[in-house]
Amino acid sequence: MRAKPQPYVSTTNACKLCKPLGACLAFRGMEGAVPFLHGSQGCATYMRRYVISHFREPMDIASSSLGEKHAVYGGGPNLKLGLKNVMAKYQPGLIGIATTCLTETIGDDVPMLVKEFVRDFPEVIQEHGSPALVSVSTPSYSGTHMEGFHAAVAAAVAQLAAQGLPHDGIALFPGFVSPADTRYLKEILADFELQATVLPDISLTLDAPALVEYETLPSGGTPIPAIRALGGSRAAIEFGRTLEGQSSAGKVLHDRFSTPLHALGMPIGLRETDAFFSVLEALSGRGTPVNHELERGRLIDAYVDGHKYLFGARAVVYGEEDLVTGLTAFLAEIGVRPVLCASGGRSGRLAEAIRDVTQDLLPEPPLVREGVDFYDIAEEAEALEPEILIGNSKGYHLARKWGVPIIRVGFPIHDRFGGHRTLHLGYRGAQSLLDRIVNARLEAKQEASPVGYSYI
Amino acid sequence: MKVVSKETISPEVEPIDPAAVKQELLRKVPTKVARKRAKQIVINSLAENQDVPEIGANTRTIPGIITQRGCTYAGCKGVVLGPTRDIVNITHGPIGCGFYSWLTRRNQTRAQEPAGENFMTYCFSTDMQEEDIVFGGEKKLRAAIQEAYDLFKPKAISVFSTCPVGLIGDDVHSVTREMKEQLGINVFAFSCEGYKGVSQSAGHHIANNGLFTHIVGLDDTVQEGKYKINLLGEYNIGGDAFEIDRILKDCGITLVATFSGNSSYDQFANSHTADLNTIMCHRSINYVAEMMETKFGIPWIKINFIGAEASAKTLRKIANYFEDPELIERVEEVIAREMPEVIKVRDEIRARCQGKLAMLFVGGSRAHHYQELFAEIGMKTISAGYEFAHRDDYEGRHVLPNLKVDADSRNIEELEVHPDPERYRPRKSAEDLARMQENGFRFKDYDGMMREMAAGTLVIDDISQYETERLLEIYKPAIFCAGIKEKFAVQKSGIPMKQLHSYDSGGPYAGFKGAINFYREIDRMVNSQIWTYLKAPWQENPELAAKYACD
Ligand code: SF4
Ligand code: SF4
Repeated sequence: MRAKPQPYVSTTNACKLCKPLGACLAFRGMEGAVPFLHGSQGCATYMRRYVISHFREPMDIASSSLGEKHAVYGGGPNLKLGLKNVMAKYQPGLIGIATTCLTETIGDDVPMLVKEFVRDFPEVIQEHGSPALVSVSTPSYSGTHMEGFHAAVAAAVAQLAAQGLPHDGIALFPGFVSPADTRYLKEILADFELQATVLPDISLTLDAPALVEYETLPSGGTPIPAIRALGGSRAAIEFGRTLEGQSSAGKVLHDRFSTPLHALGMPIGLRETDAFFSVLEALSGRGTPVNHELERGRLIDAYVDGHKYLFGARAVVYGEEDLVTGLTAFLAEIGVRPVLCASGGRSGRLAEAIRDVTQDLLPEPPLVREGVDFYDIAEEAEALEPEILIGNSKGYHLARKWGVPIIRVGFPIHDRFGGHRTLHLGYRGAQSLLDRIVNARLEAKQEASPVGYSYI
Repeated sequence: MKVVSKETISPEVEPIDPAAVKQELLRKVPTKVARKRAKQIVINSLAENQDVPEIGANTRTIPGIITQRGCTYAGCKGVVLGPTRDIVNITHGPIGCGFYSWLTRRNQTRAQEPAGENFMTYCFSTDMQEEDIVFGGEKKLRAAIQEAYDLFKPKAISVFSTCPVGLIGDDVHSVTREMKEQLGINVFAFSCEGYKGVSQSAGHHIANNGLFTHIVGLDDTVQEGKYKINLLGEYNIGGDAFEIDRILKDCGITLVATFSGNSSYDQFANSHTADLNTIMCHRSINYVAEMMETKFGIPWIKINFIGAEASAKTLRKIANYFEDPELIERVEEVIAREMPEVIKVRDEIRARCQGKLAMLFVGGSRAHHYQELFAEIGMKTISAGYEFAHRDDYEGRHVLPNLKVDADSRNIEELEVHPDPERYRPRKSAEDLARMQENGFRFKDYDGMMREMAAGTLVIDDISQYETERLLEIYKPAIFCAGIKEKFAVQKSGIPMKQLHSYDSGGPYAGFKGAINFYREIDRMVNSQIWTYLKAPWQENPELAAKYACD
């Protein structure tokens, strides 16, 4: 493995988004929640338009709309007025307050301001159904949208979960996965007859049906009482190998309530999914339901069938660290050779995570680069002659330049339809990814052929 | 949650009183907030002398309402400077602001020669980290400028400050001055921190100032061409500028510079050699026009290429300005050639769209301009408003002398501009100007949106998400126009939604061909079969709903 010092000081075409965006996404997966950014309104507007262009769903993010005056004297009054207005208009179940670079730089103490608000306006809060108020610190000058995402989930658990009666339910913290993934996870848990709280749950809030009456707040999301009851869970599962050593919702539960924590990799591909299913078997005390057994079997069958199209193909994988780790594990299984695994994130754990998931499959580990942008990726990858790119829409221009197919996964996908319905996880997700990759290879081959065979 | 099914659809219409609607919009907010909002929600009326009621605009957004407004940085970097292809734009700040403004506006551009530079696909940022916030980011900025130079050797590099930069006190202007000297290319900065103004509008002003100070007038080469104009406030969304370009070329009119759709650095540098400034989006760019008039003697007029009739009117106005029979005749030929096809499509589509209702909440000019296009196919604008405009864009420029300058506007520098000792050259003599004005030719004028809207329509500034939902429920329009942030909320209510920021990957909609595109697009949307499955009950009978307020 090669580790080169960061060659550029500036960032050109970033491979990461900013921290509060992740927090807003996480809050959106809690029932009746309104994400609220404490700062200037531009951040909220930018993030809304970005999230909306991927999910093609409404996404309201409130802002305390600070101006120059507030930047000098502090944003407390605006924050409080903003909270009141959000309560009046939404009757929310939760307001998730995330800071932005502005309020972090001026040093607004949001937890204290929220405390003051609760102290000074008990009637307002009561009148509007006593929404939960969760705050999280998300300065974008340290960390990416993924740190923001995990911090918001951890904050919700830390600020809401209480020591309660132990119950039979388990907690699942999947990380930033698609609405389709979340739906599928819930289906699996139901098939195992496990009572589970998935946090966050964007399966409906960010992928809703057409409605007769517009809902100011979308239905769905993890119920707030269920979050409060997490302290009594009998076990917790958390996805994300690069989370190790960082604070996270799973660790909060573990440290506070001694909840046994199963820290797993994101279940992408056969083996990471097998690990997940083993935990479910143990927790449920029953074997994998037959429909999932069959899905697993078909997947292996497809691995065999697809191998000849994939073997040795050089791939570049990029995106969030845990997604990249999972994808790399999967690619190594199907015979693709990941040559570069890159992320704008910088957990310091990516290389190790990738080594762990590939070491018995790849003769030599892929080049792993953390904290890079697309300019670095391009420079790095050029010599590696990639044949396929796997990641979000932002890599498209590289794929175009090199004339290789790109498989769009993760976030953001804003040049294809249905990006938010992409399935990545589990046997089913692996099946879908496999089909897409094989077909992309076939299509590239067919296009390049002077004859144009239609039977291949 | 009620999911749409065929059974839930049944027709139902109720009468609408705009005053009651206004009350309804204000009902849920605290009294103090309601008082402020009441000034921004106006029932339109036209006095004998054409005066319209006063509207509250360009005031701070109320915290916690979901505004559609952006920030100063967005107006400066995203809107005005973004569409220029050969200036390397560096965002100085943490990563988000730059990332979100990375090619998200669908401005199209065509590099002149095959090897022509286009940096629009890049997103450069200093990606500030904690230590930069603590110890200052100037060093990093300097390095970033050097790197951008080493990589691309561009003609110019510009730097855009985001919120934290102003707070930690980085002196971006001295860094750019230094680098300009060191690199021998034009390097300049914009202090466009997001918190500076009430909306992106402040950013437009800052961008105008910067363009004028750092680029306009750097190249005195006079180009060939008898009728030389600049097109201001046209950003080439969906290829609008290409269509306008085509029409102007056919008329023999030379476009020196566009601010800033499909533009290049050299065009700006040379723009002061034009003989007329024509303004599309008054809000975002009038400052440059004013300053160019004072410094170089170039008059400006308001024009509009959105709408076929409006385009014809615009061409005639330009021709009249030059007072040249040859041009006047040429323009008439072009109009006569273009209109038959427009009329054919328009009439066919009007039969299907007549009387349907439209709502437009967008920008600082489009909510006005697009009413023309809707009117051409017989659709009525029942409610409209801007995101970031000022009172003059609503009520007309005659209100300018009475505008209150608040703390936020005072924040933005007004450049002191004087006639250029050598290059000031009035394009029209004082007598010419007076004579033309007497004959009804209007310079430096904009009537605003409200005068062209019917009495009883609702004009709403800085509309919130909540108000949008109420309006849709009450009026049940046939189409709602805004941006991507509103798109899916509107469509979930069963109402077609047209994006007028990005055009929903459509366009062009400017000029004659653009008008045809737009008629077809609106026809497709308001008469689509899909809505019979998804439609809310009231929409079964839109003509009835149309009867109330604006007749
Ligand atoms: S200021 Fe910070 S929080 Fe706001 S958009 Fe920029 S990076 Fe994100
Ligand atoms: S408000 Fe400030 S921090 Fe937020 S996007 Fe605008 S410039 Fe960036």
